Amino acid sequence: MIYADNAATTKMSRTAIDAMLPYMEEIWGNPSSLYEVGQRAQEALWSARERIAAAIGATPKEIYFTSGGSEADNQAIISAARWGERKGKKHIISTAFEHHAVLHTLDKLAREGFEIELLDVHANGLITRDQVADAIREDTCLVTIMFANNEIGTVQPIAQIGSLCKEKGVVFHTDAVQAAGHLPINVQEMNIDLLSMSAHKFHGPKGTGVLYARKGIPLVNVIEGGAQERGKRGGTENVPGIMGMAAALEEECAGMEQNTAKLLKLRDRLIDGLSKIPHSALNGDRESRLPGNVSFCFEGVEGESLLLLLDDKGICASSGSACTSGSLDPSHVLLAIGRPHEVAHGSLRLTLSSENTEEDVDAILKAVPEVVEYLRNMSPLWKDKVSGKKSFVI
Amino acid sequence: MALYSEKVMDHFRNPRNVGVIENADGIGEVGNAKCGDIMKIYLKIDDDIVTDVKFETFGCGSAIASSSMATELIKGQPLSEVLKLTNKAVTEALDGLPAHKLHCSVLAEEAIQSAVKDYYDKNGIAYDPAQFPSLDHDHDHEEE
Repeated sequence: MIYADNAATTKMSRTAIDAMLPYMEEIWGNPSSLYEVGQRAQEALWSARERIAAAIGATPKEIYFTSGGSEADNQAIISAARWGERKGKKHIISTAFEHHAVLHTLDKLAREGFEIELLDVHANGLITRDQVADAIREDTCLVTIMFANNEIGTVQPIAQIGSLCKEKGVVFHTDAVQAAGHLPINVQEMNIDLLSMSAHKFHGPKGTGVLYARKGIPLVNVIEGGAQERGKRGGTENVPGIMGMAAALEEECAGMEQNTAKLLKLRDRLIDGLSKIPHSALNGDRESRLPGNVSFCFEGVEGESLLLLLDDKGICASSGSACTSGSLDPSHVLLAIGRPHEVAHGSLRLTLSSENTEEDVDAILKAVPEVVEYLRNMSPLWKDKVSGKKSFVI
Repeated sequence: MALYSEKVMDHFRNPRNVGVIENADGIGEVGNAKCGDIMKIYLKIDDDIVTDVKFETFGCGSAIASSSMATELIKGQPLSEVLKLTNKAVTEALDGLPAHKLHCSVLAEEAIQSAVKDYYDKNGIAYDPAQFPSLDHDHDHEEE
């Protein structure tokens, strides 16, 4: 099997699994308990907090463990909105291609009377500092812009936006779910106030994530309960998951330079190879993109068919077609960068990890053109384009 | 449980009757690119019997499988039977489709009715519009 869907989830690393096992087999106590097996779990949690904080330039008390990226996004946005509301500020700036954990939370706030301004992400999938600067108003309480996009992999100018927000006194949140462990992050240097991440995107376990909240930003609970996480997130901590997450993040950060160099080579070969397919187009900026992300649209084919046939050849990938999203519309990300519906239906996302090899790339570069050609040969849409009855879009 | 039945996957992987019939007696095309599925059916008709049928489909796995199964179900059938083919029959023959994919079988029914209607129209054969129930109402696949 060739796994090329690392933006969906990653295989857990041996290091992460090994870091978890003791917290299931031996140190399984509740961290809130006073006896030894509980206290040892409490100490472990604190060490994980320190290590995760160190990985992103934060302090341990600024780290809040959550059930994952979605919960962290929800809590970050709701907290900043409530804080703003108390000061009479109800304007929020974001982008049109955020993850649904962000967009749906913003929808909820819009129904409450918040004004949500979604910035255009342009054909290259990038926003600029100036766009944000132009959008900031006196009553802006939050700028929330993703670090790197989950579908097309574009990496936003986070440090520039961070310094702008600091200068303007606006809270800045970034959904760094796709970036953590893959790109250097320093919340101090980048002036990030709130940041979300998810362990299973960097070879850690599912169901565990982090909300980083700069000291002084008042958090609002999404989960009410006990005094865990300084009262800001109820529920007994997922100690094994958190230990796995800390180990995975440390490992990915330590190996980042080496992994990036390897991934860039594989990614660029894939992009160059797939670009040779006629009437295909890379989605998102080629330079400012995640080292493992390859996203294409192929005209005249439908993404789900493409995925099923690739699966038959042992290749795991994903698509933004409507049929794979379970709705009538294709991916909002592809629509946001201006791909028309019919082209967005024919999208393919390949996301690599350091476990992928040159042989994997060879196999993908052999399989994808074959499958695209096969599907085009039975596509009346493709034939109408070839015959000139309909025009090509890309 | 897998998304698709074995039958669907079989018809998707090995679609029957893919292609074009030159000088077809009836051609039906339904769906549109915006919605992500287009089906085109070609019929060869002799003495009111479908002697050959081919299809071309742009769409997801269930769209291709529905086209394939529908063509199998009407091959060799008299038009009176062909017009009775329902999306339900296509779905049942495929051992079911996920709820959000049922429209693919509807599209197959419509494509076939549209091809038969095209045959009638081309040959000046009178018919009762009620014979084409799926073609006279608005549905999800109208052109923009």
